[in-house]
Amino acid sequence: MKDQKHSPKRDDLIGKVDKYKYPMYVVKEEGIIYTLAFTGGFVIMSLELLGGRVMAPYFGSSIYVWGSIITTFMLSLAFGYLWGGRLSLKEPSLRKFGLIFFIAAFTMYPLTLISDDVMNIVFNNIHDPRYGSLAASIILFTIPTIILGMISPYSVRLLVKTTHSSGQTAGKLYFASTLGSALGTLMTSFYLVLWFEMFTILRLLTITLLVLGLIGVLTHWKNK
Amino acid sequence: MIRIKLIFISLSLITTICVASSIEARIIHREKSLYSNVLINQKDSTLCLQFSIRRNQRNQSCLDLNRPNVFVLEYVRMMMAAIATEIDPRSILMIGMGGGTIPTAISELYPTALITIVEIDEAVVRMANQYFNFVPTKVMDIAVQDGRVFVKRAIEDQKAFDIVLLDAFNGDYIPEHLLTQEFLQEVKQILSQDGIVIANTFTGSRLNQHESATYNSVFPNFVNIKSGASRNRVIVAKNSQSEIRLNFNKLPATTDEWLRKRGVDARDYMKTIEYNPSWNKNARILTDQYSPANLLIH
Repeated sequence: MKDQKHSPKRDDLIGKVDKYKYPMYVVKEEGIIYTLAFTGGFVIMSLELLGGRVMAPYFGSSIYVWGSIITTFMLSLAFGYLWGGRLSLKEPSLRKFGLIFFIAAFTMYPLTLISDDVMNIVFNNIHDPRYGSLAASIILFTIPTIILGMISPYSVRLLVKTTHSSGQTAGKLYFASTLGSALGTLMTSFYLVLWFEMFTILRLLTITLLVLGLIGVLTHWKNK
Repeated sequence: MIRIKLIFISLSLITTICVASSIEARIIHREKSLYSNVLINQKDSTLCLQFSIRRNQRNQSCLDLNRPNVFVLEYVRMMMAAIATEIDPRSILMIGMGGGTIPTAISELYPTALITIVEIDEAVVRMANQYFNFVPTKVMDIAVQDGRVFVKRAIEDQKAFDIVLLDAFNGDYIPEHLLTQEFLQEVKQILSQDGIVIANTFTGSRLNQHESATYNSVFPNFVNIKSGASRNRVIVAKNSQSEIRLNFNKLPATTDEWLRKRGVDARDYMKTIEYNPSWNKNARILTDQYSPANLLIH
């Protein structure tokens, strides 16, 4: 029975009040977390669309180039969700949440510096454009996308107060982040590419992530 | 008497126009390929290849079954006239195949020239074979792949072409990576010393201005051949710094004769050449970083 207190089995919890080992980390500024998740969604899709643009000069705009990019993003997001969830087990806080955004920014910025060199190397070594584009997109986009994928599960952890409302909280969170993704897709493909150079857009996304991270960390300190 | 004649002529004209417009084009083949909707329609004896169902969609390639030698479309006549000014080209690259009219014509005009055709859509190659009497000959090589990727590999393999034809524009959608400064620089690298680029492009949108600025940044001496009626513009550009002179008046007699049989009076284009084309100098150059061609066309 003692063990069950530490890791309660699902059957034992059914019909009972959820008294989990760890105290709830209560975030007052729910709005900030939704905003951060929304913007995270925006950045992910904007990056994905720009990915197609970055690769076109080397691998064309054939359907397999998009196949490579979408595969890379889906795989990276999958692992991002997994690891973001795991990270949220250990002393979750807004500060750490903000740090995720900082790390995402730092892993995204180098794209503006290395993408041409990376694609040159891949282009010279892999002659089949299908595997060339897959290799290039994995090298360029895996790490930033994994980090961006960590945002959603971590947000859920910060927002959930009771098991009863956890589904609703997750729903609202998906709503916010997917809405952000929709807007990111629309803005990038309709307007941003018309107004700015591609790497300028990437830099703007990087700055956005830094600002969001800063907001997270500052809010954490304010609440301390 | 003259009056009656005039009335008669105008009446018959009106009837002809009415009858002609009442004969609707019939779609004889329709398929969704990986890249577009490929349509073949037939109006009287003329078959046309299109890439979209829209009615006012421009034709990519047409063939008059009764007069298979004649070039039906204005841009093909313009491009062929420009091609005919070249002296004995040995290797020709064509990006974007259409119905295969142009490669077939080139192989007649220059039987020994090697022709490489790059087409992204396998369905287009099939349609050219099936409907447009396109039969690849020994001197032709067809690569089903993206034009940009082909050119990059060709640089690596140190290939050189005397003529590069750019005609990769698929109806509604423009491949934006084939319209940038970097792409044109790559094309320049695979041109032989006196090599020439002939590109079928657009008029009638602000993209036009950006396109001129982009060509100018790579080929400062480029020349336009325009046609008022069909709103086509063919850009001719040269690798060397020397000026381009398209002497349609001084084509060899056999070439001129050959063109005439196919409905091309090259002399007509002497008037429509723009040796010093003008464009809005504020138009931004299209680059791999900035190439919203499909947004600029509206």
